[in-house]
Amino acid sequence: MTTPKRIIKETERLVAEKVPGISAVPHDDNVRYFDVKIDGPSQSPYEGGVFNLELFLPDDYPMTPPKIRFLTKIYHPNIDRLGRICLDVLKSNWSPALQIRTILLSIQALLGAPNPDDPLANDVAQKWKEDEKAAIETARQWTQQHAKA
Amino acid sequence: MLPLFHPLMQRLDSDFDIDQDDVGFESQDKDIIPAKHAYEVDFTVYSPEEIQGHQDKQIAEVSNILGQPPEATAILLRHARWNKERLIDQYMEKTDEVLERAGLGDTADAHPPRLERIPGFVCDICCEDDADLDTFAMICGHRFCVDCYKQYLQTKIKNEGEAARIRCPGDGCNRIVDSKSLDLLVSANLKDRYQELLTRTYVDDKDHLRWCPAPNCVYAVDCRIKDKDLMRIVPTVHCECSHFFCFGCSLNDHQPAPCSLVKKWLKKCEDDSETANWISANTKECPKCHSTIEKNGGCNHMTCRKCRNEFCWMCMGVWSEHGTSWYNCNRFEEKSGHEARDAQARSRQSLERYLHYYNRYANHEQSAKLDKDIFLKTEKKMTQLQNTTGMSWIEVQFLDSASQALQQCRQTLKWTYAFAYYLARNNLTEIFEDNQKDLEMAVENLSEMFEKPIDQLQGLKVEMMDKTAYCTKRRIILLDDTAQNLKEGKSLVRSLVLVTCTNQPLGQWKFNVTLP
Repeated sequence: MTTPKRIIKETERLVAEKVPGISAVPHDDNVRYFDVKIDGPSQSPYEGGVFNLELFLPDDYPMTPPKIRFLTKIYHPNIDRLGRICLDVLKSNWSPALQIRTILLSIQALLGAPNPDDPLANDVAQKWKEDEKAAIETARQWTQQHAKA
Repeated sequence: MLPLFHPLMQRLDSDFDIDQDDVGFESQDKDIIPAKHAYEVDFTVYSPEEIQGHQDKQIAEVSNILGQPPEATAILLRHARWNKERLIDQYMEKTDEVLERAGLGDTADAHPPRLERIPGFVCDICCEDDADLDTFAMICGHRFCVDCYKQYLQTKIKNEGEAARIRCPGDGCNRIVDSKSLDLLVSANLKDRYQELLTRTYVDDKDHLRWCPAPNCVYAVDCRIKDKDLMRIVPTVHCECSHFFCFGCSLNDHQPAPCSLVKKWLKKCEDDSETANWISANTKECPKCHSTIEKNGGCNHMTCRKCRNEFCWMCMGVWSEHGTSWYNCNRFEEKSGHEARDAQARSRQSLERYLHYYNRYANHEQSAKLDKDIFLKTEKKMTQLQNTTGMSWIEVQFLDSASQALQQCRQTLKWTYAFAYYLARNNLTEIFEDNQKDLEMAVENLSEMFEKPIDQLQGLKVEMMDKTAYCTKRRIILLDDTAQNLKEGKSLVRSLVLVTCTNQPLGQWKFNVTLP
């Protein structure tokens, strides 16, 4: 199957115009599969960590959103044990006009602004609501332990 | 047979008489509502055409009031989830805001939707930039090439089943694709699907309408039972397609058990039934600390890992009494072993209790499936019977009705066991179990007759018809009795305790669980 123009263009742009703190590199043998690295945003408990993710563009991309998940363990109310992410633009609010770049920026923003009111990892969300300080401390520890380059 | 003191006997029998009388006098007493059983609810079945009619009527009505064209009114109504009073109120108060929220801001009349070619255009979706690219945008100005737009709509309609609230493909744009734009972009066969989905949202948005869940059934049922009454009423409805289902939860008919119990029961069975079976078959409990233990090898000398209690696997008695007979146990009558086994039996009671009800529930489910096979063979039997005995088609109908009665009774019986699992012991429960037993016996009798060879069937005809009538009657009695008690609020909520047999007030359903 030939690679759609859209995917070629997006990949070119990802390489040509780098976004600070984010990188996405396609596999040599599969242009739809990307290794993604996101730096934890400053002023967040994830600061100083580098998080690995995998990203896959399904056949009907961009009509359906990319599939994406964290590979690095992370303590976050909207990201579960398996690294799956609860984010509106990856589900109901996906628009074909969105891109890999915009999605990765949204995920980085999610790290900076956890939303325990719409949780995916219920236990984490509960901690976050009951004792935010302790939860943030745990997130920081996890970052030190698992997300150090 | 029914116990003589049964309080319902008389009342029900008189109900039956009324029913029969009604047949004869129907034409004269049109305004007398026929006697209804306690377990029956009022409902109406609507065809797709009728549902479409309802929508068109409401659209026309509101269209007149608002002075909007029907297409726009339809979008507004769908956006307001068919709450027309609220829509009209809000529209009168803040017209622009309502239009904007429904994706209709700035009337589309001035700019009918059309395709355009724009020099230097690059489609954000596919990145194509050919000069002869046809493009489309709604009034919001988010422009994409026609192929992408079409593919987008197709994905939404076909794969995601969306219709009434498809938004502009632009990121963050809330404008809803109106029907005129859709007409321009969507192929004919997709349009049918679109219409179908629109009708569906109408039924989904109305609380008192529900689709019949049977495969390929196109009817919807209208029933005015409120959600809060579902604890007291089990609203079984009967679709035109002959499917019986519960209006409350869309599951197959589960009378007499209320929806919330059914949900609890199904969840429990899903989680527990196999596990419980396995535990029951393969494990014992430590006589001291009641930890569940699986013996996976070795001799009978058990040392509980948790409490260090040493006991004999065979007799469950303490090991120290076993002396030197280490590898076999012939001490069955010893006191300590006896007591330990009693304690074991008691602690297993709740498990066994669940399995008792589950096995019977599962058995009726299985039997109903087998009976269904018979039902398929019935028709063949009926033809054979006509050929071998010279009976007419009408005369062999008894087999058909017997088979249908069987199905229905088994369905009811199945759920009586789930229901009974949650009942605490009291008088009412005993009457219930008597009714259950009577129905079960009648059903098994009839079921047995069904398996008789063809040549005997003719001779059994009268008996079979009697049995069929009896089964049906027993089922009605059981359902009516149970529904009556539920309805009269005799189902008192109780906190979670295991079965207690002690003094409970007479004449009240008692559940062993907290119900919402």
